Amino acid sequence: MSALLEIRDLTVGYGWRFPPAVTAVRNVSLTVNAGEIVGVAGESGCGKSTLAFAATGLLDAPGRVVSGSICYDGTEMSTLSREELRRLHLESVSMVFQASMNVLNPVMRIGAQFRDAMAAHGVSSKQEARRRAEEAFDLVKVPRRFLDAYPHQLSGGMRQRAVIALALVMRPKLLVLDEPTTALDVVVERAILQSLDELRHELGFGVIFITHDLSLLVEIADRIAIMYAGRIIEEAPARELYDHPKHPYTIALMGAFPPLQGERQRLSGIPGQPPDMKDLPPGCSYAPRCPHFMPGTCDVIDPPEVVIDERRRVLCHLFQPHESTRV
Amino acid sequence: MQYLLKRSGALVVTLWIAITVNYALPRLMPGNPVETMFARYQGKVSPTAIHAMELDFGLNTKTGELGQYVDYLRHLASGNLGVSFSYFPAHVSTLIGETLPWTLGLVGFATILAFLLGTGLGMFAAWRRGSAGWKRGSITDSALVPFGLMLGALPSFWISLILLYFVAFKFGWFPVGGGVATGVGLLTLSGFGSLIHHAALPAITLTLISMGLWILLMRNNMLTVLGEDYVKFARAKGLRDRSVAVHYAARNAVLPIFAQLALALGIVVGGQVFIEIVFSYPGIGFLLLNAVENQDYPLIQGIFLIFTVTLLLANFAADALYVLFDPRVRVGARQ
Amino acid sequence: MNWREFRHNRRAMTGASILGVFVVVALLAPVIVPYSPTAIRFTPNLLPDGAHWLGTTVNGQDIFSEVLWGTRASLFVGFLCASLISLIQLVMGVFAGYVGGLFDTVATAVTNVFLVLPSLPLLIILAAYLQGGSVFVLIAVIVVTGWAWGAKVLRAQAITLRERPFVQAARISGESRWHIVMTHIVPNMLGIIVSNFFGAALFAVLAEAGLEFIGLGNINDVTWGTMLYWAQEGNAIFLGEWVWLLVPGLCLALVGTSLGLLNFAVDEIANPRLRRLA
Repeated sequence: MSALLEIRDLTVGYGWRFPPAVTAVRNVSLTVNAGEIVGVAGESGCGKSTLAFAATGLLDAPGRVVSGSICYDGTEMSTLSREELRRLHLESVSMVFQASMNVLNPVMRIGAQFRDAMAAHGVSSKQEARRRAEEAFDLVKVPRRFLDAYPHQLSGGMRQRAVIALALVMRPKLLVLDEPTTALDVVVERAILQSLDELRHELGFGVIFITHDLSLLVEIADRIAIMYAGRIIEEAPARELYDHPKHPYTIALMGAFPPLQGERQRLSGIPGQPPDMKDLPPGCSYAPRCPHFMPGTCDVIDPPEVVIDERRRVLCHLFQPHESTRV
Repeated sequence: MQYLLKRSGALVVTLWIAITVNYALPRLMPGNPVETMFARYQGKVSPTAIHAMELDFGLNTKTGELGQYVDYLRHLASGNLGVSFSYFPAHVSTLIGETLPWTLGLVGFATILAFLLGTGLGMFAAWRRGSAGWKRGSITDSALVPFGLMLGALPSFWISLILLYFVAFKFGWFPVGGGVATGVGLLTLSGFGSLIHHAALPAITLTLISMGLWILLMRNNMLTVLGEDYVKFARAKGLRDRSVAVHYAARNAVLPIFAQLALALGIVVGGQVFIEIVFSYPGIGFLLLNAVENQDYPLIQGIFLIFTVTLLLANFAADALYVLFDPRVRVGARQ
Repeated sequence: MNWREFRHNRRAMTGASILGVFVVVALLAPVIVPYSPTAIRFTPNLLPDGAHWLGTTVNGQDIFSEVLWGTRASLFVGFLCASLISLIQLVMGVFAGYVGGLFDTVATAVTNVFLVLPSLPLLIILAAYLQGGSVFVLIAVIVVTGWAWGAKVLRAQAITLRERPFVQAARISGESRWHIVMTHIVPNMLGIIVSNFFGAALFAVLAEAGLEFIGLGNINDVTWGTMLYWAQEGNAIFLGEWVWLLVPGLCLALVGTSLGLLNFAVDEIANPRLRRLA
């Protein structure tokens, strides 16, 4: 069975010239299978949103895919016609943004926004559309009467649920969520994530969950990919990443948030700043901030992608293949 | 509903202020033109007639300032705007009543046309730029903005003169002035045709100069809206471009227009006055010019009042319509 | 306000260039006019020829000289009015918005009164009441009718800025109100203020010309507006003297367009959403 989504060696940039002035995503490879939650974590500006937009074909000019492939169920996205790409949205892959006040059309009732989405995908009967919308609302536990409301009448948490319901109404195989709970308080956040998890088991879709909140991912994701300066610098099953982080950046991130239980620890930040994406230095982008910086290597040669085992890889000079210990 | 009530209250207050300012204005001017004017009529008209005029104009010096003001308000309430000096003994309200329909017809038609054309073009330009893809910006947008700016910078009287010369005088396609051919009954078919024929050039001119603002306003609104999250999400839902453009972008881009209507109307009113003057179109702007040239203060005051009241009502109507169109105001807060 | 962005903005540079040409003409007019603009010694109603590039008026004046000279009036009135209007807007809009309280309430009430009155009719009526005449009357009348709308816009923006942390910090540290307005608020609203300035100039130039066209200015002055007044009086249309009609108005349109371009471009620079993606 081919993977739901297979991204191979994707490079995405912004700019009018070729090559573009800013490369936001560099040589990223990621695979998502049915029923699994893949988390993508990283600081602001690391390229995770760009990755999401590119992967769902929603990248707006001046952003463009420079090289690499994006395959849905074996079909390369660049070979799709505009109409096929349009149908891909919502039927095969749905994207859910942060439910800001303005993510839904303020002048249309929510039910109408369901209806037009479904009509664009072949469901033309009003009753059928209504039925499906109500079903979707039931799935996310929002009272049905809100279908007749305007977006500003819903609370933030309910709005986010409504957006998720919309994303699921055509039963897509893949859900891409970009910071879906960042603006919500933790209680609401937990409830939504719980619903999401249940739905995932019930309907069997795959999820890409993008956030800067690594602690969140450790709880709900199956696999986590850490992004830094446009690259995936480490990928591992969630638990293993938490217990045995390998990349110095991951280790630093882990040290930056405290566990809820256990002894009190000294928190550490990461000194320095992420690099300027317009002006990337050669070699490893993390080198200037890395405690294990090796002059002559890290600042000159691009770090190799080291496959530690079939589920783990890390982008760092410190590791050799087939070894799980440091050089 | 509450919103409308508040706006109605504001309307009444503003109306009262406008009336008061209108009343006070000529009395504040240096040399008190009002009284100077009456000096002109001494010796030409009988003293009783002068006194009657003074009463009509609220200039009864026996009752003092406040009394005059109250008289003015009373006259206003009964529709009495005084008697014109230059068209004596015609009443100001009669004169306005004769000319206002011409202006309203012209302005109404031209404004609607300018609005439709302007917002259509503005929306189109913004949409083309938003979907520009790999081009730096669309040609439509780059060309339309200076075009809109130019339209807004054209002096209305100049364009009227140019059109009058080339189209009416030289080519003879349209008449050189007036509202309708002389001697033709308005209610006849040929009368109506003559009406349209005479109104065509003024209407075209007025539409041209007011279009510019709509183009720019709508384009800017549209561009702002196109950057909003809900447009992005609409695309993420897989909606067709046309759907997104109309139901998501345009419908939201139109909303701020209601607030910007005041500005647009100001431009239309200004342009229309000059256009009527150049084309000798028998509207209220033309009447204003005559009043000004003849220093006919009651007439000037009456016309100014009409202008102010009409604009106020138009703005109020726009506010009311806004409530209809924006559910955030209409339906209220969270449940 | 970013000068680099201004220089790279095509519209801004186009507007500035056109305006620049007129400014140069205005400054050099006394030197470059072929004849005195008020001289009436030429054969009237000549069509353009070698001696009179744009022909002559019904009074025997050289049109080309008049056009060159008229630049001075329009630009002078335009910029002076714009400056005065901007000054008033600073007080009635920015300062009022920032300080709030009684001053703001009164200022807003006054602004609203002026907003209610329709500009152009008011302009005409005031000019008429004051018996037109000197250019200073025109300037006064234009300034009085033109400040209100921009003041409202500036006030709204000032209120937004007032809540920003750095402004509140300055307030707590005891700086005087005017000082805060000038050093913190104004620099952060510079885009809108400059854009308003050009908008006001546009209004002033067209308003001045309009009033002169109706004959409410000093009809013996040489300005583009009075040129059109005399063209109308001299029946230029029926005499076929379209050059006399065309050129002064064209100059007005060009100056107006350049001011409009500048207004628009500065607005674009200040508001990132509207910017070109380049």
